[in-house]
Amino acid sequence: MSEQRDEGYDEWIDAIDRGEGYVLECSNGHGSLPPRRLCPECGAGDLERRPLPEGGTVDTYTRTHVPTPEFAEDAPYVVAIADFGVARLTGQLRGVDEPEVGMRVAVGVEERETTGDPLLVFRSA
Amino acid sequence: MTGVRIAGTGHTHFGQFPERTGRDLFAEASAGAIEEAGVDRESVEALFYGNFMGELAEDQGHQAPLMAEMAGIRVPATRFESACASSGVAVREAVKDIRNGESDAILVGGAERMTNLGTAGATKALSIAADELFEIRAGMSFPGAYALMAQAYFAEYGGFREDLAHIAVKNHENALENDHAQYQRAITVEDVLEAPPVAEPLGLYDACPITDGASAMVLVSDEFADREGIDAPVSITGTGQGSDRMALADREYLARTPAASAAASAAYADAGIGPEDVELAEVHDCFTIAEVLAIESLGFFEPGEGIGAAHAGETTCDGTIPINLSGGLKAKGHPVGATGTSQIIELAKLLSGEHVNSDAVADARVGLAHNAGGTVASTTVHILEATQ
Repeated sequence: MSEQRDEGYDEWIDAIDRGEGYVLECSNGHGSLPPRRLCPECGAGDLERRPLPEGGTVDTYTRTHVPTPEFAEDAPYVVAIADFGVARLTGQLRGVDEPEVGMRVAVGVEERETTGDPLLVFRSA
Repeated sequence: MTGVRIAGTGHTHFGQFPERTGRDLFAEASAGAIEEAGVDRESVEALFYGNFMGELAEDQGHQAPLMAEMAGIRVPATRFESACASSGVAVREAVKDIRNGESDAILVGGAERMTNLGTAGATKALSIAADELFEIRAGMSFPGAYALMAQAYFAEYGGFREDLAHIAVKNHENALENDHAQYQRAITVEDVLEAPPVAEPLGLYDACPITDGASAMVLVSDEFADREGIDAPVSITGTGQGSDRMALADREYLARTPAASAAASAAYADAGIGPEDVELAEVHDCFTIAEVLAIESLGFFEPGEGIGAAHAGETTCDGTIPINLSGGLKAKGHPVGATGTSQIIELAKLLSGEHVNSDAVADARVGLAHNAGGTVASTTVHILEATQ
């Protein structure tokens, strides 16, 4: 599976890794993540790339103890959903002992411990 | 438009049967349903069948024609897949098919083989109900997804793990006398709170078990039941379905399930009733928090008020609206593709006085079944009424 490129998604991950993260936004102001051809909210086809804001806010989190095999050596780890204004992202929150809803985070790309695959990571900002 | 009646039901035990194939499980459940219905196999015109992880669990896709063979019927057979709502969707399509006159008698059900995968394998198989790019690759497991909803609920409305524990305790209590339940064992609030964490704030006893099992029923038109002299006192009078964005992060709400609200609104309108008319319900409690989200989305409780319902005794067997008198997924077990049909079977038996817990709802005539797929990106709701 890891040899397969996922056009749109991989490009997006690479951009976040370079600090050039973006979201897609339609003319009605709905944000979404690639790959998309149409806005999932309203079906508009005029999706434009907008820079991902530098910081986001944790909306919810969980410390996962029972993982899928692909994350066996990562566990326990914290998965969080963070709001970046135009869109929410789901990633792992690293370097924080006591996560809290409302805490400010920055997003980057690090490696999954179990497989070495790229992983969307939040760190305290 | 004809009414749709439940003519017969069949159910395997729910539990750990790693040596039994899915086809064997469905053979047992379907034979029970056809025998109880008392219909000739030649009268059955279609099989609508739910299954989610057959490819991963048994290297077996394309299960519907296989399951028709196992049921001993030669009919058009279709598999429905909507994660944990697979057989709920199958039931809905069967109801529509009978109503529109396409068929008079349909075998509908589902099966899932899970325990042979082990905990890690089943965790992976269940995870694929989430968004592969944006959730699975972030390490989100199925319990993890519900944990994210639980934490969001706590942050928005308040509530405590102890409130959730009371839901688990209630549902185990309800399953004590249910002979096909996976767990016929009482647990305490302390048991739940002290169990190992799976995905915080959810622990092992906040989660339904990994289960093998099958369920099936024969649905018939009013005319068919009358013509054949079939004893079928319970009708499906309402059906509804809703969907939501696949990834939790893309949803308007993290602590509500609008797909269930949409399914419920459609089912209520279809049956010509409202939530205030429902006397008991079987809801999709794959995790304790899921029951909270369900009973709020179905209109039984306002958002933020469902979390305390079990603790306050409002949803217990002697409460104002008993929830999951079967034991629910939590104690009865959750063989994913079989669950939607199983909930409707339990509800039909509760309404017809044939269930071990029927005394708790002796005069009840209206019940609701809520079956959710994934993190409630898919939901079906069915209304059952005792019509005879």
